[in-house]
Amino acid sequence: MSSPSPHFVSFEHVQKSYDGETLVVEDFDLAIERGEFLTLLGPSGSGKTTCLLMLAGFETPSAGQIRLDGKVLDNIPPHQRDIGLVFQNYALFPHMTVAENLAFPLKVRKLDKATIAQKVGDALAMVRLQGFEHRRPGQLSGGQQQRVAVARALIFDPKILLMDEPLSALDKNLRDQMQIEIRELHRTLGITVVYVTHDQSEAMTMSSRIVVFDEGTVQQVAVPSELYEKPQNAFVAQFVGENNCLQGTVERTQGKTCSVRLTSGENIEAENVDNNAKGKHVLVSLRPERVRLAANSADLKHCQNKVQGKLQEKIFLGDHMRARFFACDKEGFVVNLPNKEGIEHVKVAKEGQDMAIGWRTEDCRALGLPKPA
Amino acid sequence: MSSTTTFQLLTADGRALKAVLKKHKARRKRKAFLLVTPLLAFVIVGFCLPILDMLRRSTNNHIVEKTLPRTVLALKEWDAGGTTLPNEPAFASLAQDLVIAQHHRRATQLGQRLNYEFSGLASLFRRSGRHMEELVNEVRSTRGSYKETLIAFDARWGETDSWRVLKRFSDTLVADYYWAALDMRRDLRSNEVSLRPSKERIYLRLFGRTVVISLGITLATLLLGFPLALWIARLPSGQGNLLLVMVLLPFWTSLLVRTTSWIVLLQQQGVINDLLVAVGILSEEGRLRMIYNTTGTVIAMTHILLPFMVLPLYSVMKTISPSYMRAAVSLGAHPISAFWKVYFPSTVPGIGAGAIMVFILSIGYYITPELVGGRTGVFISNRIAYHISSSLNWGLAAALGVALLGFVIAIYWLYDKIVGIDNIRLG
Repeated sequence: MSSPSPHFVSFEHVQKSYDGETLVVEDFDLAIERGEFLTLLGPSGSGKTTCLLMLAGFETPSAGQIRLDGKVLDNIPPHQRDIGLVFQNYALFPHMTVAENLAFPLKVRKLDKATIAQKVGDALAMVRLQGFEHRRPGQLSGGQQQRVAVARALIFDPKILLMDEPLSALDKNLRDQMQIEIRELHRTLGITVVYVTHDQSEAMTMSSRIVVFDEGTVQQVAVPSELYEKPQNAFVAQFVGENNCLQGTVERTQGKTCSVRLTSGENIEAENVDNNAKGKHVLVSLRPERVRLAANSADLKHCQNKVQGKLQEKIFLGDHMRARFFACDKEGFVVNLPNKEGIEHVKVAKEGQDMAIGWRTEDCRALGLPKPA
Repeated sequence: MSSTTTFQLLTADGRALKAVLKKHKARRKRKAFLLVTPLLAFVIVGFCLPILDMLRRSTNNHIVEKTLPRTVLALKEWDAGGTTLPNEPAFASLAQDLVIAQHHRRATQLGQRLNYEFSGLASLFRRSGRHMEELVNEVRSTRGSYKETLIAFDARWGETDSWRVLKRFSDTLVADYYWAALDMRRDLRSNEVSLRPSKERIYLRLFGRTVVISLGITLATLLLGFPLALWIARLPSGQGNLLLVMVLLPFWTSLLVRTTSWIVLLQQQGVINDLLVAVGILSEEGRLRMIYNTTGTVIAMTHILLPFMVLPLYSVMKTISPSYMRAAVSLGAHPISAFWKVYFPSTVPGIGAGAIMVFILSIGYYITPELVGGRTGVFISNRIAYHISSSLNWGLAAALGVALLGFVIAIYWLYDKIVGIDNIRLG
């Protein structure tokens, strides 16, 4: 038995297998602090929802243990865990009105009528749905249903709020608005939230910390900016945000940087993230907005890395300009340029024109390949 | 509004668009109607017309007026409430009518019809019809009185009740089949309708038994079907479909086979009794009577109607997302209370659909109660069949049928009032 963890929630060597052959979650270790907004991000089938369900008590870990507020959860049935849960399809009870839905967790806790009425009123005010008490869930819009679902999960003052892809059924505008509302609620209530999503921009918008999952293992745990700026491996780099990925072999290492010979022949300098040794195959990741363009390479100042590319296509997107090049033997080498002074030469450039492409060493990261290709 | 009147939209060749669209729509409607015409014709001929005919038969009473037209006219003035016999012209008319009726072989038929209302009249009419021609000749040759001759021939012509029946049933439209179907009786003298004394009531008791047994069968199918549907709905769809096929299997087996196999199982020398005796639970004399009574009807019909309960329940349960139960449990409800407060209410449309289907099917069931019902397990439909094929009292059979139909419609209406028919979901 390990000593009691000081963290609010802790997953300790948690494993889960449904069929006894393959692990859906492999050796999951995570500590969540009080008041955090933690997002589990990953593609579908990566094990993130399983982790959430194990915390809520609807799945049992095959190995390891989960603690909440100092207590081991293994033998506590889900209805005694005091965990609020919000589902993708809201799961509002269709035969009850909004007020009855909100009162449900209070009634099963045998609170007196006056307290229940008071709390239901407060909860409706919190999600700005006063006057909707007697509607049925079916008579509400998707966004309103989601607000009721959140209010219902919070009304009994749970220790922690879990949300399983709560916004995926909403259209984009409503989703953006709900993201702000949920963040606002988190800020005002100070409750700990564990949020599951496959949408990286949603994770970036809302979370104080993000856990990236793939194939049952944690790929990286970081605050949003770090996740974007400093992906730890190729999966994270590709999954979070847009990236140009260039394959190559490490030629030489010096301190924190290394020289990589790309498969197309160019030599570039990159940050050596995984301490890759000489001769190792790596994936160099480069954010499109960190790339600079010039008519010829002499104009690219401060850029240690310079390559030539042929402009394939340029798209004007208002706030920025997006150009696709054939460069480093790669179709669709993407460059994003903010729409401000200094990009006139790109605006007038013609498709098919050769241009110089450059970037700094610290903007590209050499990441170990997850599996040797 | 004004824009539609000021601008008239035109088609490319200059016709008013609105009229063209209307014409097009009408043509589509005609085509759609043509598609359903064969079925419509079939339903009208095979369903609506027989029901209308049944309604007609249940009140139709042309036979007295048709067979004895002169007698009916002659009895117009006679007071059936009094104690005096009709006058001589009435007897003369009857004699004349019966001679003609006998010629057309209708006297016996009339007697049978009137015998339903007053027993003994069948033989009176048969006998009188056979001898009426001689009697008329006798009166003519002796210039005697018809009244005296007829009474002398058969004393029943001297009883006011015989004449009252003729008078009361000379109307072409009577409700007496309905009174009979509801165990009521019209007093011949006072013409008042009253309920029969309780030990003479047959049909009300039979209706009551039919309803009670049907309710029992509905409840039994619900108790057996609910857990089964719940289990199948929770299985992965491959296994679930296999089990559903097994639930449906009885549909593909002849009803007769299923019913008779219950006879094999349940009869006193049957499989179950033999087994219980062999094991020693029952003695040879103590063999259970499980068939040819109410028990047999309930067991066999529950088995036969079970799929009608399971299928709607299953299809409703299949649509209930498992997240409802999870939500309820995460909100702090014990799994059992979550089931009752959240899951169960969501299945009510399925329960309603299944219950009303099983109940309405069983209330009109015929074959199974006929085969395994014995004396105490038969339904009203068996009585209707008896009147159709054995007693040949089609009017009463029709009235019983209409009463049953009315009852089913009343149940349907009541269900709509209480639960709402829109709440029924078959999937």
